[in-house]
Order: sequence, then structure tokens, then C-alpha cells
Amino acid sequence: MRWLLVKDLQILRRSPLLVALLIIYPITLALMIGFALSSPPGKPKVAFLTQVPKGQGRIRFGSQDINISNYAKDLFASIQPIIVHSQAQAVAAVTSGRALAALIVPADIPQQIQSLVTTGVGSPMVQLILNSKDPVERQFADQAIQTRLSDVEQAVSKQVLRVAVSDLQQVLSGGTIQFGGENFRLLGLRDSRRLLQRAITALPARSPLRPELNRVVAFATLAIEGLAFASPVLGSIGTPLTVDQTELAGRTTPAATYAVTIAVIFSLMLVTLVLAAGMLALEREEHAFARLVRGLVSPGALLAEKVVLAGGCAAAAAIVMTVGVSTFVPLQWSRFPLWVLALLLAGIAFGALGVAIGGLAREVRAASLLAFMLSLPIAFIALVPAVAVSGSLKSVLDAVAFAFPFKPALDAANNAFSGTAPAIGWPLVHLAGLAVAFGGLARVAVRRFA
Amino acid sequence: MPTTAPTRQATVAARAVTKRFGDRTALRDVSFEAYSGELLAIIGPNGAGKTTLLSILAGIQAPTGGEVSSPGRKVGWVPQQPAIYSKLSVAENLRLFARLEKLSDPDSAVERMLDHTDLHERANEEVGRLSAGNQQRVNVAIGLLCEPTALLLDEPSASLDPRQRERLWGFIGGLAGRGTTVVYSTHNVVEVERYADRVLVLADGELLFVGTPGELGRAVGGDPRDFEAAFVRFLDLCGH
Ligand SMILES: Nc1ncnc2c1ncn2[C@@H]1O[C@H](COP(=O)(O)OP(=O)(O)O)[C@@H](O)[C@H]1O
Ligand SMILES: [Mg+2]
Repeated sequence: MRWLLVKDLQILRRSPLLVALLIIYPITLALMIGFALSSPPGKPKVAFLTQVPKGQGRIRFGSQDINISNYAKDLFASIQPIIVHSQAQAVAAVTSGRALAALIVPADIPQQIQSLVTTGVGSPMVQLILNSKDPVERQFADQAIQTRLSDVEQAVSKQVLRVAVSDLQQVLSGGTIQFGGENFRLLGLRDSRRLLQRAITALPARSPLRPELNRVVAFATLAIEGLAFASPVLGSIGTPLTVDQTELAGRTTPAATYAVTIAVIFSLMLVTLVLAAGMLALEREEHAFARLVRGLVSPGALLAEKVVLAGGCAAAAAIVMTVGVSTFVPLQWSRFPLWVLALLLAGIAFGALGVAIGGLAREVRAASLLAFMLSLPIAFIALVPAVAVSGSLKSVLDAVAFAFPFKPALDAANNAFSGTAPAIGWPLVHLAGLAVAFGGLARVAVRRFA
Repeated sequence: MPTTAPTRQATVAARAVTKRFGDRTALRDVSFEAYSGELLAIIGPNGAGKTTLLSILAGIQAPTGGEVSSPGRKVGWVPQQPAIYSKLSVAENLRLFARLEKLSDPDSAVERMLDHTDLHERANEEVGRLSAGNQQRVNVAIGLLCEPTALLLDEPSASLDPRQRERLWGFIGGLAGRGTTVVYSTHNVVEVERYADRVLVLADGELLFVGTPGELGRAVGGDPRDFEAAFVRFLDLCGH
């Protein structure tokens, strides 16, 4: 098998046109996807509706205040706002495609924040309406808005914390506060307790006030200890702002990573199928098959060699491609061994499908053409979104997708690249099963080969 | 009918071999033997079953009925179309098959074959760029790598011009001279006359004749200078 592999690599080295095509095609595909993801067309257009009346966007925290409209200005720096004047206009802007998303700031947001800060009760909320039609652009708009909103969140919670902690310090230790333009000295709890304790010693031993005042001192001690614990509890108001997100087209995000995975797996499939089918058919076209299986190599070993050749070469190319693409899109490098495992097993499964195609087609041209022609529908069927077709058609498509390695390869790679569900175990088992099944089909097909 | 001395040990033998593909019978009850150092020709029109018979002897196909005996791995096989990789050079093809044959010293086997086939100066040329005659020589050389005691060739001269044919038969005759059993198929009657010790006539899967070319000439009758015409008449007479 080793010498057959060497031989096939020699043949590939002398077919520069084929190899160039098989390398350039996926790289072009990956670059195109990479550029599409990394340079979206300018700032995303976002419909913006504020229901807060003019001049009422201020939230007071003790002596300081936050102006919400300052944060709106920051947000507008990273999006292209389309100012709308009603909820209906906001939704219409998104559904018509004029805007990728709509952001609605309700009228009561300053009060809600104020209330949350002062009484601990309140649910400040902004509404985000997204269109799922274009997942990549959508994700882009989503990110721009989320970053700005978390800026507001952080500013609010930091301010709240600072004010609350300093108020607390004043309650505990005393200080100066401003009120009506004048400074007042504030007596803290600790000083109050000290004054009281001193007063108690000055009282006659049998004074009826003594037990009463002692109870006040005991309460002050309890309060001082209790309030000292309160500062960290205040930190739990970390995210006072809630984003109420509405999805208009209702499908969860195929994020940038998903697009990358599709590009990688599609390239892997194409290269493996063409190589495995073509190189197997070449054995027959060169009339070498009969000579080989006459005691030199078993048909099973010959098929395995083609699977290893095609799957191995294509998986190596796919790994390089993934590493390249990871400069555009963050992938989880910590899971690198799983990348290799997923791509290798996917390569083997595609390789088995490839030799089945090669065994059935029997001629190099027919085999390559068939491999090319099958690639597109196999990928397409696996990618048809559930919402796009009726229930019964979807189950037919699911069954077809189940019979080919594209879907499990996609799931396995998706999990390997970014740790998303489904877990990697079942897709890998599925790939192994398909490899065995198509290997068996190829074994039957080459019976007619000699 | 066989004229060979019964004392000799057959290297290749077929006993009542039958081969059916579905309801088509490609070979019907074919029996013969071939001996060491003998040049045995199988002649017959297209579709007679020559390739089928040779590939059963080579172990590529199994007979439907009957049995064959041959020296196993020591049978060299030279298929009709050169079974070689056109993108590899002559030496690379030879080395690949020498390694697959698990020869103890592949490199010296390659050298030996390049000597045999006189292809030394073409050793590093891609096989796809060689003439049909040279390709056929590489094809034969690969069949000889395992130093076979019996060599089976399927229409080895079909794609060659007269000079290439001449050289090929010179080479094969040399092998037989050194004791190799050579069984080959052809539909060229003249070739049988010149390069065969014995001849089998096969038509529609039936063995019509086994004997020397001279005996075939007498059986066929007619003008000995026009063996081909006589042979066609012989086939007609036999109902084919
Ligand atoms: N694999 C096969 N399947 C079906 N029929 C076959 C097969 N191989 C050969 N035949 C048939 O068997 C007969 C003999 O074929 P073959 O041995 O190739 O003849 P020859 O080599 O003498 O021209 C032909 O009729 C051919 O069609
Ligand atoms: Mg033939």
C-alpha cells in the first residue's frame, strides 16, 4: 500500500493542472468567504427610535448624573442610524430590508434605571429587532449594538456602585454632603456610636436611660457590621440593562464560524471526491487494476489506499485552509486536535464515497465529472433550512442528508472549531459508519472493474 | 491430437474449463496442456474466448466449471493493453511493480529488465511519451519481473508495426529458449505459422484444434502459401 501511495503522489505531482485546480479552488473559496466576513459594506444601517422625551434622559445618582443621550451618540458612531418615530416604522424598516436591525429605547428607561438604583426594583430594557435573512450582516449589526449597549451598562453600573459605596461610607464613617448649595457635616454611624457610648458612661449608674441607650448602641454595632457586607452585594447589580431581542425570521445564527465551516467542509468534500474517484478510475483506465489485484494487492487494500490518499491530502489542505481562515474568524485553537480528528475522519468518509463513485463511473473523466456534479446537491440538501421547506419534504431531505457525509462532517467540524452543539461524538460515529458503508459499496462496484 | 511426448511435465494445464457470463458461454469444455520451453499460440476470431481463457489461466477470473493448474505466482501476465502508468517513467513503473512483487532486490530487477528490453536510454522517460512498441516492451517486462516459469500474453503484437513485432518475437523466442512456457493469443495466422510450436484454435468458446502449425496447415488444406484464406475456410467448415 505504501508503494501505491508513493506512486499516486508521483502521478499527482506530474498532473500540475489538476493539483493547481484542486488547491486554488478551495483557497479562492476560503478567501472570498474570509473577505466577505472581515469587510462588511460600511456601517450597518439600524433604525433608531427613542421614546424618551427631550431633556429627560438624565438619571441622577446622589450628587452625580448620567445622560443617556451621550451613549446614543456613541452608538451612532458605530452604526448608520435611520431615525424613526414609531414602533411600526421601526419594524417596517427591518422587514423591508432598509435596516439590518431596529433599536427601540422606551420612554421609561431613565425612571427604570433610577428605580433600579435607588430601590433595587426596576427592569430597564431596550428592544432590539433583528432580521435573520442575512446571517453574516445580521451578526455584524448585532455585535455593533451589543458592544455599545454594554458600554451603557458598564457606565451605569459603575456609577451606581461608586455612588452607593460612597453613600455607604458616609453612613458608616460620616462626611460632608451638599444640599441646596450648602455643605452639611454628616455624622457617621461609628461616630454616633462612640458619642452614645461616651454619653452612657456619663449617666448615673441607675439611670433608666442606660438600658435604652445600650440597645441603640447594640443596634448601631449590628448595623455597622451589616453594612460592611453590603458593598460587595451592590456589585451584583452588574448588568442593569436588559436587551429584549426579537428575531423576525426566527432562525438561530449561523455565525461567521458556521460560514467558515461550510467553506472548509465543502472544499474538503470536493477535493476528496475528485481525487478518490479519479485516482481509482485511473487504475482501471491504465489497465493496471487487473494486474494489481492478481496477487499483488487485494481490492480492499487498493480501495483503502485511495481513501487514505484522497482523504489524507484533502484533510491536510483543509487544515491549512482552516488555519488560514482563523485569521479572519476566531476559532478555538485549544480544540486543535479535534479539528484534525474531525477533518481526517470527514476526509475518510468522503474518500469512501469517492471510491464508490470511481468504482461506479469507471472512467476518469466520468468519475471526476460525477464527483463534481454530486458535490453541490449533497451540500445543498444538507444546508436547506428547516423553515424553507414543508415538513414532509424536510424529512425526505433529512434522510438524504443522513446518507451522505456532508452533514455529519459539518456538525463535527462546527463542534471542533467552536465547541457548539451538537457534541462531536455522534457525528464522528456517523462519519465512520458512512465510511464503512460506502467502502462496501465501492468493493462491490470494483468487481466489474477487471 | 497432442503430439508432444507424454513424458514431459505440463507447467500450465486446463481441464474441461467452462466459463459463462449470464447465459452467454464464453468457453465450453476447454482442455489442453503447455510445456516448459514451448511457444503455444491460441488463435481465433474476435470474441472467441481467448482473453477469457488466458485470464482464467492467470488467475484473474475463476472458471464456471473445470479447473486450471499453473505455477501460481510464477505465472507472468501481459494484458492486451499495456497495464502501466503513463505518468511514470519506465524505471519507475518497473520499480513499483518490483516492489509490489516483494522482490528481494527491486533495483537490480529493474536493471535486469532494462537490459532485457533494451530500454536503458529510455529509462527516465514518461511511459505515456513512448511509442506503442516500447510501451508493449515495458508491459512485457513487468510481466517478467517475477521471473515466471510460464508467461501469458494476450495479443501482444496487436498494436505493433512489423519491425516492432519482429523484435518482440525475437525477445519472446529467447525466453522460450531458456525454458519459459509461453502461451499467447493472436488472431494473426501468419504469426502462428512463424512463432508457435503448437497452436490451439478457439472459436465461439470451443476448442476446434490442437497441434503444430504444420498439422493445422494439413487439416486446413488448400494452398500452403495462403494460410490465412485456408484458415478462414477451416472455420467455415467447422460451422463458425
Ligand atoms: N466480463 C464479461 N461479461 C460478459 N461477457 C463477457 C465478459 N468478458 C467476455 N465476455 C464475452 O465472452 C466472449 C469471449 O470474449 P473474449 O474472451 O474477450 O474474446 P477474445 O479475446 O477472443 O476476443 C465474448 O462474447 C464476450 O462478449
Ligand atoms: Mg481479447
